[in-house]
Amino acid sequence: MLDKNGIAKRIAQELRDGWYVNLGIGIPTLVANYIPEGISVEFQSENGLLGMGPFPYEGEEDADMINAGKQTVTTLPGASIFDSSTSFAMIRGQHVQLTVLGAMEVADNGDIANWKIPGKMVKGMGGAMDLVASAENIIVAMMHANKAGESKLLTECTLPITGVQCVKKVVTNLAVMDITPEGFKLLERAPGVSVEEIQNATAGRLVVEGEIPEMIL
Amino acid sequence: MINKVVSDADSAIDGIQDNMTLMLGGFGLCGIPENSIGALVKSGVKGLTCISNNAGVDDFGLGLLLQGRQIKKMVSSYVGENDEFERQMLSGELEVDLIPQGSLAERCRAGGAGIPAFFTPAGYGTEIAEGKEVREFNGKPHILESALTADFAIVKAWKGDTNGNLVYKGTARNFNPAIAMAGKITIAEVEELVEPGELDPNFIHTPGIFIQRIFQGEKYEKRIEQRTVRMRD
Repeated sequence: MLDKNGIAKRIAQELRDGWYVNLGIGIPTLVANYIPEGISVEFQSENGLLGMGPFPYEGEEDADMINAGKQTVTTLPGASIFDSSTSFAMIRGQHVQLTVLGAMEVADNGDIANWKIPGKMVKGMGGAMDLVASAENIIVAMMHANKAGESKLLTECTLPITGVQCVKKVVTNLAVMDITPEGFKLLERAPGVSVEEIQNATAGRLVVEGEIPEMIL
Repeated sequence: MINKVVSDADSAIDGIQDNMTLMLGGFGLCGIPENSIGALVKSGVKGLTCISNNAGVDDFGLGLLLQGRQIKKMVSSYVGENDEFERQMLSGELEVDLIPQGSLAERCRAGGAGIPAFFTPAGYGTEIAEGKEVREFNGKPHILESALTADFAIVKAWKGDTNGNLVYKGTARNFNPAIAMAGKITIAEVEELVEPGELDPNFIHTPGIFIQRIFQGEKYEKRIEQRTVRMRD
């Protein structure tokens, strides 16, 4: 089974040289720590920054330099800064090649819910609806089950959705799956996890064809 | 030549009355018009509709206006950092219109650019699309979103000249340029107010035509919401 860093490490293997990538808050942010050797990507933060660098050294924090999670960050050489409408032109106009974000639920048709729990959590969608509506390549990074132990991979989302039929791939602590017309297609198992365990933990349609290899991290 | 320079935040907000619609720049607490918000708190103006990406935190930014029950309605994309906001919303005291962040930015930009509405894929098939026109372009469904404007727009820049030309610093730019265009009257508060000619015309972010009033803020606290650092090797 993977921990959050393991999920991030596996997703980092999906990065390709030259891509512009938007990472959501939580597990997705960790992906930046595992960029494969020989690959160069630029991270986009939707508050208006391309070429986002690591957190600043202590004492060098700048209130005017934050990411979309409102964390203090730095810029890398070659970075650029722009306004919010330009930022979402990059996103809506499909200039960003990959979006990685977290989710509360994913349906086996690619629907995603990650912005609202009616009556409980009403923080807002931020940029998530724009990101999922437009990105060509969306990977969801999340735990396979919620805190109550229920599957987050469903036949249909029970929470208000963020976008329809948009997720392409899901990486959890148990498995890597593609979204296909037949449902979640199991591609890889996490180290030490059996196909049966993944089947038992998945409420949505799961397609298992042939031998399922274990992830190589 | 009309003089756009006002002496301080109190004079800048002159004319903002109960039940008006305001737009305010900023992302989280980054690039918010701190001095103008302080003046609005002091003025006691009420029933405001505030269009702003976020609603501040409990004791800073727009949270200060929420504390005083001065806001009737918030139009935002993300309001997660404010307990008082959540309390007022769940109790029904505060109306809230949540809008996808890109649509919010574009609706402000459109409002200032003379574009009454536009189609976007963001939010299609979700509850925010309810009641909105849907049309397919290139085989993909889009929803119609309308432009936003405001009685007053308030932005914060790093430097500005007395003509109203503005330069922002870092990610404090965020919503400020779009919002600057969308106010019937736009107020700019700046950290440093300079004479015309001191800012390079090649590097102006917001041209002065969009700004009606400008002043140098008395002080900037620039609070950091999430102070994240790395260890030195």
